[in-house]
Amino acid sequence: MAQLDLQSKLAILADAAKYDASCASSGSSRRDSRGGKGLGSTEGMGICHAYAPDGRCISLLKILLTNSCIFDCAYCINRKSSNVRRARFTIEEVVRLTLEFYKRNYIEGLFLSSGIIRSSNYTMEQLVEVARSLREEHDFRGYIHLKTIPDADPELLSQAGLFADRVSINIELPTESGLQRLAPEKDGGRIESAMRDTRAAIDDGADAKSKYKSAPLYAPAGQSTQMIVGADTASDGDIIVRASALYDRFRLRRVYYSAFSPIPDASAVLPLKRPPLMREHRLYQSDWLMRFYGFKPAEVAGAADASGMLPLDIDPKLAWALKFRESFPVDVNRAPKEQLLRVPGLGTKAVDRILSSRRWRNLRLADVARLTLSIAKVRPFITTADWIPTLMTDRADLKALVAPRQQQLELFAA
Amino acid sequence: MIDAHRVTLASEDDFDGWRDAARDLAEAGVPPDAIVWRVDGSEDDLFAKEARQPTGASFPVPRPFIDLAKSVVCHTDPERFALLYAMLWKLRSNRHAMEDRADPLVDRLENLAKEVRRDVHKMHAFVRFRVVEQPDGMTRFIAFFEPDHHIVRHAAGFFVRRFTNMRWSILTPELSIHWDGETLSEGPGTTRAEAPGGDPLEAMWTTYYASIFNPARLKVGAMLKEMPKKYWRNMPETSLVQPLIASARNRELEMIDRAAAKEGLREALEAERRIEPGGNLRKSWEALFKEARGCTRCDLYKRANQTVFGEGPLDASIMFVGEQPGDQEDVAGRPFVGPAGQVFDEALERAGIPRSEVYVTNAVKHFKFEQRGKKRIHSKPNAGEIEACRWWIDQERSLIRPPVTVALGATAARSILDKVVTISRVRGSPIALPDGGECWVTVHPSFLLRIPEPDRKREERAKFVDDLKRVRDRAAELAS
Repeated sequence: MAQLDLQSKLAILADAAKYDASCASSGSSRRDSRGGKGLGSTEGMGICHAYAPDGRCISLLKILLTNSCIFDCAYCINRKSSNVRRARFTIEEVVRLTLEFYKRNYIEGLFLSSGIIRSSNYTMEQLVEVARSLREEHDFRGYIHLKTIPDADPELLSQAGLFADRVSINIELPTESGLQRLAPEKDGGRIESAMRDTRAAIDDGADAKSKYKSAPLYAPAGQSTQMIVGADTASDGDIIVRASALYDRFRLRRVYYSAFSPIPDASAVLPLKRPPLMREHRLYQSDWLMRFYGFKPAEVAGAADASGMLPLDIDPKLAWALKFRESFPVDVNRAPKEQLLRVPGLGTKAVDRILSSRRWRNLRLADVARLTLSIAKVRPFITTADWIPTLMTDRADLKALVAPRQQQLELFAA
Repeated sequence: MIDAHRVTLASEDDFDGWRDAARDLAEAGVPPDAIVWRVDGSEDDLFAKEARQPTGASFPVPRPFIDLAKSVVCHTDPERFALLYAMLWKLRSNRHAMEDRADPLVDRLENLAKEVRRDVHKMHAFVRFRVVEQPDGMTRFIAFFEPDHHIVRHAAGFFVRRFTNMRWSILTPELSIHWDGETLSEGPGTTRAEAPGGDPLEAMWTTYYASIFNPARLKVGAMLKEMPKKYWRNMPETSLVQPLIASARNRELEMIDRAAAKEGLREALEAERRIEPGGNLRKSWEALFKEARGCTRCDLYKRANQTVFGEGPLDASIMFVGEQPGDQEDVAGRPFVGPAGQVFDEALERAGIPRSEVYVTNAVKHFKFEQRGKKRIHSKPNAGEIEACRWWIDQERSLIRPPVTVALGATAARSILDKVVTISRVRGSPIALPDGGECWVTVHPSFLLRIPEPDRKREERAKFVDDLKRVRDRAAELAS
């Protein structure tokens, strides 16, 4: 193969990395480049430096070190049997690209992953070396996310956590049977034990930091994982329960969902049909309900239909409210926080505002309108000083009243 | 107003000045409506006197208010200083007043602060540095950025902390800031022309941008929500957005739009002209048509798909002028093909006027709209846009010289008659035009679409058809 120039390599290895959904650069320790010789800062909140027409944020330089791989996972564009062009960055090239992009304010940092070449350990060494060079040789203080390789030596994994803000291991598929069928070389047990080790290392690091100020932080932005949705037969209910177990057991910061998107040169064992993008969106919404709204996994799964799938036309919170109408209406002037959080259309911020305001006034509908984005969506589910949703919560056609309109009405009806 | 206190602040974002003056005035018990806030260099209030420096009992102000005020001061809203003072006045008697988030004043201030925070965040995100070699051999990173509010000083700390060891400048229309590695200095505002035009690394960056995009999923609305077009001018990667969307759409089913646009353009060019190709008139019109496609006389071209020019035979005896293309016209590139166009066609048929015999065009040639979710909602062109586009309609009229011109709706009438008229008053009788032709004014077909009551709808449609019949007869009379 002829030598590729850097730009061609970037095109290939960024293209190969785009099926990783995460681009988060938030939640790390606060630091900046004052008093150092390099550059970079993280200030808690991540920054999206650009948006692509697929609606996703571009925060990090998200690339693979190489897209050559000795594994043959059916859903992956980089699998051994795939016919894509292969390329490989040198460590020096990745370091230089990261620094030069960063200096121009294009990115928050680097998200580096890799196909597996030679062995898991060899690959992991290369990834860690990039992070080490950035941190130690260039005093880079921006964000680094390393995708770790479950089979690699624990010593290497622990080094990764010392240089990176976040480490992640992909769980890949929501079910063990899916993993066996589509990623035969990967071992669910080993993935989970790597996640368990990482959690232990993060906990130890935080523990040490609380005792000794000089102790190094281990992956201050925590660990995350990703699963592919729509490549196997798992229902939304299965996925929600699985994700919730992962959050609990490994204290993950995020579980990312990637709607399986048809990849060029697809393997024959994959479904031809692509799952609706909306499914991914609904799963994220249910994720939010569990993390910020106090829903139990079983409750979110309760909003799904008989086949275990969440409705695509309305969000899961509204679906839950329509199914369990006996919980409504909620009195915004008296209800506890947990109940307010269940009202469709009230976000966490709106609930905080209601709780703060109602100490000073008896809230009327116009007041609530000022505190929320859409009073029309909220109205059927609340009572205020001057509003009772008469009969509304008993109406069979309530869904039609509150669900977003599907299509524009016919304009030309002569 | 005679004994109003006047406070002059040093700059648009002078928080310290506001705080010092506000504290003194509030402690002295001066009510909000007795104070005139102005920024040095802005217009004077003749009746106000300079604020005295009174003293009185001090009162504590909660920390959240200070944080809020620091943001709100950066807003462009001229009322911001007075609003903040009104809030301070409230806090004087109730130090928990900030907690009542449903209070209209708190709500207004929180919204102003939110807009400022968003602007600051977008500046942190969308500034793009370009490398410049300086005479002393050092490199400097220079960016040009156009914020909505007076946030440059407020947002500068982030860049200092992040790029401490670089030398950089951020130029904006209001002021420029420069970092030399140790201190931050300020300079006057600049224009984009003074900023560097490119950076060799931008080719790499745009390659990355194009490669990380997944064409199997297209969510243009989500992109536009977070990265509105107003920022695009200073971001190198955005030049790729249109081609990326276009190629992705080609892969997906949405290529229909494009095909229709192409087809529409061909049809618009080949529509019945009744003038031999190669004739002077035909040549002039075609040159005009092509020139209009690149029109940038007003800003509407930036968001619309294409110019929708007039079409029809160039020796037509009637020219219809509508308001502006709608959503479907914008996609198809031809006038009156959407819902209003169908009403128009139906009425023409009932009045016995073949559409292929008349020239149909619009007062404004680009679609003006508001994006609401995925839908593009028609929005009325303003006087400037009508004025800018009148150049084209004048050119069309001077080529075709139609004996009868029909203005459909108020916008068209305004464009042709150069004054605002009431349709009901001028409807049904001709108005002489300076070029010898005459103008008839009637309603726009989209008006007929919007009438909710069926009876009135029928009535108004009949009236519209009657107007068209009168026009048909008049054109025949003038031709004989």
